[in-house]
Amino acid sequence: MTAAALTANVIPLDAGAPVAAASFLGDIPALALEDGTLFFVMPGSGQHISVHPDAAILTAATSAGHFITGGDDGRVVVVSQDGTAQEIANEKGKWIDALAARDDGAVAWSCGKDVRARDHHGAIKTFAAPSTVRGLAFMPKGYRIAIAHYDGASLWFPNTAAPPEPFKWKGSHLSATVSPDGRFLVTSMQENTLHGWRIPDKKDMRMSGYPAKTRSLSWSFDGQWLATSGADAAIIWPFKDKEGPIGKAPLECGARQVRVTSVAFHPKSLVVAQGYEDGLVMLCRVPDGAEILVRPPPAAGRAIGALAWDGTGRRLLFGAADGAAGLLEMPA
Amino acid sequence: MAAVAAITLEFRVSEKIPVTVLTGYLGAGKTTLLNRILTEDHGRKFAVIVNEFGEIGIDNDLVVGADEEVFEMNNGCICCTVRGDLIRIIEGLLKRRGKFDAILVETTGLADPAPVAQTFFVDADVRDAARLDAVVTIADAKWLGDRLKDAPEAKNQIAFADVIILNKTDLVSTEELHDVEARIRAINPYAQLHKTTNCAVPLDAVLGRNAFDLERILEIEPEFLNGGDDPEHDHDHHDHHGHEHHEHHHRESHGLKHYHDEDMQSVALSINGDVDPEKFVPWLQDYVQKEGGSILRAKGIISFKDEPKRFVFQGVHMLLDGDLQREWKPQEKRVSRLVFIGRNLKEDEITQGFLSCAA
Repeated sequence: MTAAALTANVIPLDAGAPVAAASFLGDIPALALEDGTLFFVMPGSGQHISVHPDAAILTAATSAGHFITGGDDGRVVVVSQDGTAQEIANEKGKWIDALAARDDGAVAWSCGKDVRARDHHGAIKTFAAPSTVRGLAFMPKGYRIAIAHYDGASLWFPNTAAPPEPFKWKGSHLSATVSPDGRFLVTSMQENTLHGWRIPDKKDMRMSGYPAKTRSLSWSFDGQWLATSGADAAIIWPFKDKEGPIGKAPLECGARQVRVTSVAFHPKSLVVAQGYEDGLVMLCRVPDGAEILVRPPPAAGRAIGALAWDGTGRRLLFGAADGAAGLLEMPA
Repeated sequence: MAAVAAITLEFRVSEKIPVTVLTGYLGAGKTTLLNRILTEDHGRKFAVIVNEFGEIGIDNDLVVGADEEVFEMNNGCICCTVRGDLIRIIEGLLKRRGKFDAILVETTGLADPAPVAQTFFVDADVRDAARLDAVVTIADAKWLGDRLKDAPEAKNQIAFADVIILNKTDLVSTEELHDVEARIRAINPYAQLHKTTNCAVPLDAVLGRNAFDLERILEIEPEFLNGGDDPEHDHDHHDHHGHEHHEHHHRESHGLKHYHDEDMQSVALSINGDVDPEKFVPWLQDYVQKEGGSILRAKGIISFKDEPKRFVFQGVHMLLDGDLQREWKPQEKRVSRLVFIGRNLKEDEITQGFLSCAA
């Protein structure tokens, strides 16, 4: 039994549908649900907002005070904290497969091979990737987007005519993320591995040993650690020095006999929130691995699909594949 | 009422979604069959995955365009190609779980069915959520003979099929029909064959086949020996094996002309008795590793020495799925059978290898 527990500080919630993503819109905890709605958590109850009627939310991203959702109706919608929804794209007949957003209001999405970037003025640029795109991420500096596709990734400057810079590695690349210092590009792969490139010299890094695909990646606030899902513990890779994780073993936090499905680093301290396939949620401290239980696994609990901290790190929102959710308020 | 609803929901969550693959050369009638399945009054809801450049409209609410993106898995298995778009689409469709009961995948006329099937072996998420029910190949009775000569894709599709719809039979004479049927049987004697016009087949001929389910591999007999859809045929052929130590199936029987396809064949073998698992399992694994590129489908029911249960396996190219199944029945003859369908199969090598596994 874990000594420390915050289970008494969790407000249980029922979102009513499988949770695809979690975020805080300003102060308001919000969940994007697979049934096409957003669920705003309000004191005492909550409010459902239909964003993709008769459709499913396939992917979601957040930026300052906004939830951006992409559906199998081909629409990209920006929802503000007052609940107003603005459609910024309608890719008729297609699915929105990947999304990325940035605090200045820029949004990128993909449908099939097409990647579109919309800057904060609303100007849209298009890039046709060599194959279907599964993951997008903004670079921390400059208007540049990392694109994961088959046989590698590309870095694209939407505002220049230059062709995107290719980063090649055979196989199917799924999610993409870039380290906060802009030095490392990491993708998760179909083959249950991560692949990384040191961007300046394109040196390859293989981070393998996962029993399942990694679909959740989170950087620590100081950019020195990358937490990942896909194993029976959160696998946390060190990116402290120039070489990144090359030649180093990762940390394993919260090892159980159950798969970690979602990870989210605390915004101000080296603590990672992690959710498991059976619905358990815990906090782990890096690097010593001390554990604090947030939510014990409910009977017939389903996978935690989303985790989000608020900006201060005082509250943690989580949601599961059965629509169960919860809000942790850290003790003062 | 509430309790019943909860049980239904639980059932849906745990149930794997059946996926039927419709393949066939251009113009054979894939879309006709698809629309027939969709419009029949069956109360089932389908999600349909079609190639983006389909020519005829599909009469369904949930239609997803696919791009047939095939990629190699980076896992050292050289012919292990999968349909990347299918992984992505099935993952997306799961978010609409409960709004459909089954998935139909229509491939392009030139598609190789293997990557579709291999996707269900290789991707854990797809495998957890969905199961491949059967590969259904639609063939044009008038033109299949020509396509088998000039289009390797058409031959692949016939060889790979669990169910073959021989369509447009009204456009050919009885002799021509016999001829094309014999040509199909030379390549694939195991598929269920239905002769149709306008793809008019009962739905249960194409849906709910469980062709890739180990639990449902009950016997391995050439389908035309079992009668197929030939009503006047009797079913007393099960015991005519085993009067030698091993034998090949008789292909020349039952009035069909005997054709031998030059590059696509099936090899069926049996051992009248037990097999040594210590020899058989490594042999099978090594053999498909070495020759998997030319083996399209493999199936077997094996009697392991001192094992009360039947060992069944099935495979696609280099990928194998095998397990102990039900117990041998007391009156059941413990015969070990396997069949490979493939291109330029080395019959002598396979025979020798299998026979040397006898216990």
